[in-house]
Amino acid sequence: MAGAQSAVEVTVTVNGVEERRTVEPRRLLVHLIREDLSLTGTHVGCDTSNCGACTVLLDDRAVKSCTILAVQADGASITTVEGLASPDGELSPVQEGFRQEHGLQCGFCTPGMLMASTGLLATNPRPTDIEIRHALEGNLCRCTGYQMIVASVLWAAEHGGATVAGEALT
Amino acid sequence: MIPAAFDYVRVDSAAEAVDALVEHGDEAKLLAGGHSLVPLMKLRLATPTVLVDIGRLDDLAGVRRDGDTVVVGAMTRHHELETSVVLAESCPLLPFVAGQVGDPQVRRRGTIGGSIAHGDPASDLPAAVLALGAMLVVEGPSGRREIAADDFFLGFLETALAPDELLVELRIPEHRGGWSFQKFTRRAQDWAIVAVAAVTGNRVGVGLVNMGVTPLRAGAVEAAIANGSELATAADLAAEGTEPSADLHASVEFREHLARVLTRRALLEATAR
Repeated sequence: MAGAQSAVEVTVTVNGVEERRTVEPRRLLVHLIREDLSLTGTHVGCDTSNCGACTVLLDDRAVKSCTILAVQADGASITTVEGLASPDGELSPVQEGFRQEHGLQCGFCTPGMLMASTGLLATNPRPTDIEIRHALEGNLCRCTGYQMIVASVLWAAEHGGATVAGEALT
Repeated sequence: MIPAAFDYVRVDSAAEAVDALVEHGDEAKLLAGGHSLVPLMKLRLATPTVLVDIGRLDDLAGVRRDGDTVVVGAMTRHHELETSVVLAESCPLLPFVAGQVGDPQVRRRGTIGGSIAHGDPASDLPAAVLALGAMLVVEGPSGRREIAADDFFLGFLETALAPDELLVELRIPEHRGGWSFQKFTRRAQDWAIVAVAAVTGNRVGVGLVNMGVTPLRAGAVEAAIANGSELATAADLAAEGTEPSADLHASVEFREHLARVLTRRALLEATAR
């Protein structure tokens, strides 16, 4: 056990790239991602762990990055919305599903929806309509009424499921 | 929203956590999953000057049987409770309640020990732990001691944990019989306006969510059942001895009404299982 520290070195692998930063312990993971790493696809919506716009994958599981300290993620692998598509730019099935089924209007909630949906399909590749709705309880959308989002996830389930950078996620 | 500044200690064992708590006194707080504490710190309703991170104490995570007791490590996350085969077989109330906490992302991070030690009367798991008659095992500088769940919740966000103690595990007597959890919310992932956890069978226990400053047992209901009352009659006593507060979601009277209705539904569902 080290003594109490007022600045901590954090190493995270974000979208396959190892990043090292010295941060205050109070630095939130979402601020590390957006401000220190300039990956602004991850959004801050409610800032109270309700809306899910800040959802990222932490060691392949969907979590809310506004409610995790960067130091808690030290050593972890993180996927943000920027890491979903293949290296050649081909959209992941979940991203393509949202395009095909019009799963967004304003797009603010979309990064979080994509990450939560990817997390769902990683552990439940063939979810039912109701399972999708429960899996997205922590993600709020004020535009679509959710119907199109559920259709988007169903489309993704039928067209390749959860992938990150072209690789299947389980 | 940014928490106030604090110093950070990461520990590798329960003993190190206790050492850090002894060193930093009641200025320090333990950080488990952080899904109760970090939101409070962001609102600056909690401003600890030292955080002791126990998030990597994997030996405190997991569910196992010990004879006729189910042992749940304090660092077991809600998702692990929800999907535990051991709990599904020997204590099905607990995984069901864990599955009602927050949303899937929250359940990946939040821990049962964090939820219990936080002692929020609006949380779901403390009421389940009260209904099940769990013993809470805590570790401090002079070793381990057990505290009955009944004696654990003392006031608003105040528990029997000493400032230098760490909750390490819950010991839950095997439950044979029916169970139910009735949670009333306005929106899917919200806190309960009122909720009721009930078990019947080899033990009759009823826990109430959001009916006072602490998680509560519906003692009058349990006593009435023990004395042979009809379940519906006993459920009418659910608000006895409670002191719910009013807020924008519900008046005191509505919460009392919900406690009675949800207790009746919980007891009827539990006995039908």
